[in-house]
Amino acid sequence: MTIALIDYGAGNLASVRKAFAAIGAPLTDVACPADLGRAGGIVIPGVGHFDATAPLQTGWKEAIARRAAESAAILGICLGMQWLFEGSEESSVVSGLGWFRGRCLRLTGDVKVPHVGWNSLNDISPRSRLLTGITGGASMYFTHAYAAPATPAAAARTTHGTTFVSVVERGRVFGTQGHPEKSGGTGLRLLSNFAALARERSC
Amino acid sequence: MLTRRLIACLDVRGGTVVKGVRFSNLAGAGDPAALAARYDAEGIDEVVVLDVTATLEGRAALRRTVDRVASELFIPLAVGGGVRSIDHAGGLFDAGADKVSVNSAALGEPALITRIAARYGSQAVIVAIDARVIDGRYRVFGRSGTSADTRDAIAWAREAEARGAGEILLTSMDRDGTRAGFDCELTAAVSGAVHIPVIASGGAGQPSHFLDVFTRGRADAALAASVFHFSEHGIADLKAYLAGRGIPMRATAPPC
Repeated sequence: MTIALIDYGAGNLASVRKAFAAIGAPLTDVACPADLGRAGGIVIPGVGHFDATAPLQTGWKEAIARRAAESAAILGICLGMQWLFEGSEESSVVSGLGWFRGRCLRLTGDVKVPHVGWNSLNDISPRSRLLTGITGGASMYFTHAYAAPATPAAAARTTHGTTFVSVVERGRVFGTQGHPEKSGGTGLRLLSNFAALARERSC
Repeated sequence: MLTRRLIACLDVRGGTVVKGVRFSNLAGAGDPAALAARYDAEGIDEVVVLDVTATLEGRAALRRTVDRVASELFIPLAVGGGVRSIDHAGGLFDAGADKVSVNSAALGEPALITRIAARYGSQAVIVAIDARVIDGRYRVFGRSGTSADTRDAIAWAREAEARGAGEILLTSMDRDGTRAGFDCELTAAVSGAVHIPVIASGGAGQPSHFLDVFTRGRADAALAASVFHFSEHGIADLKAYLAGRGIPMRATAPPC
């Protein structure tokens, strides 16, 4: 069983690799959609401007959808989570995967934006499998200026000026706005949960 | 609610922590990976590794150090000290740094900020500003404080943000090493001038200094090195002190 890390040229992936290695689930870098193979899990990373997801337009959408249809577990991190939605008001040219409805919005309110630092997960859905063992008030490390819109698939919410969806989950598709690879014990637990889900149906 | 961050700085030379060494009774004292892990267990929110030599040989040693620290530390890790090019920054990211801190090189070539941000994202770029009061104004200093720049610290912070910096690491050279408290006026002036987080540095000596810089100084984060000595429980005690006075702090499990 492998968990694939999609390497589409977006920033620094070393920390994600190191965190998965630390929980005993080393990632396999995949730089070409055809190489997704039979990965039981797929991690979609991402940092920076929504336009940085442009390389995911070419071949990745179809390849990821094919693996998801075959029950692979999918995890979008930060911009990778936002990409699971239809798009973002940050970009008028690049669209997202559209598995979750709505467009990501810029954070507003009488607070500093970007939102950088440790903040808490609230309203954790008791049915969430990604957040098994993580209780409300647990902190994750965030660094972003845009965030997912309200969705029935919300598994946790976080407040910075406004309240936004910080974890999303539907079936075997998961997204986390905070960085689990940089969120201490809470983040490692989340990644362990994902790795276990990825193993579940990968025979 | 977004919490304020406490950041431990490890000054490293040739792979060994040279300042702010604590736990000297433990095996591996001076080992940055062991120290970082210990700070993490105590509840530190972020770690900065600062290469105080920044020589060519030092660079390879620094990458090895970063790799070792990052393999065991799953909270944000920033690395600085003589970062002069995008390739140098890239080597540090590949080793496991989440952010690089640029100082003198950005003063000489401000476009470097934009280049690193375009490739790795603004969240990965800290612009370090060393400032000192001269004739009633905050002046920027480069090259570890040895060369005066004509720039005004507040104007330079604004420019750094416009060029793509994700955070400002602001050191008061007047306070650095004095343990007399952070320069809250400087910190508040810069924090009010930019939208990105400002990390205050220089002058921490006791818990009330952190309270001051988070309130009067409007700092988003505070950095210190050796000062985390001040009590047996160091960081956990400091967090409890600040939380008890209304500063939002990340709750962490007590070290075991």
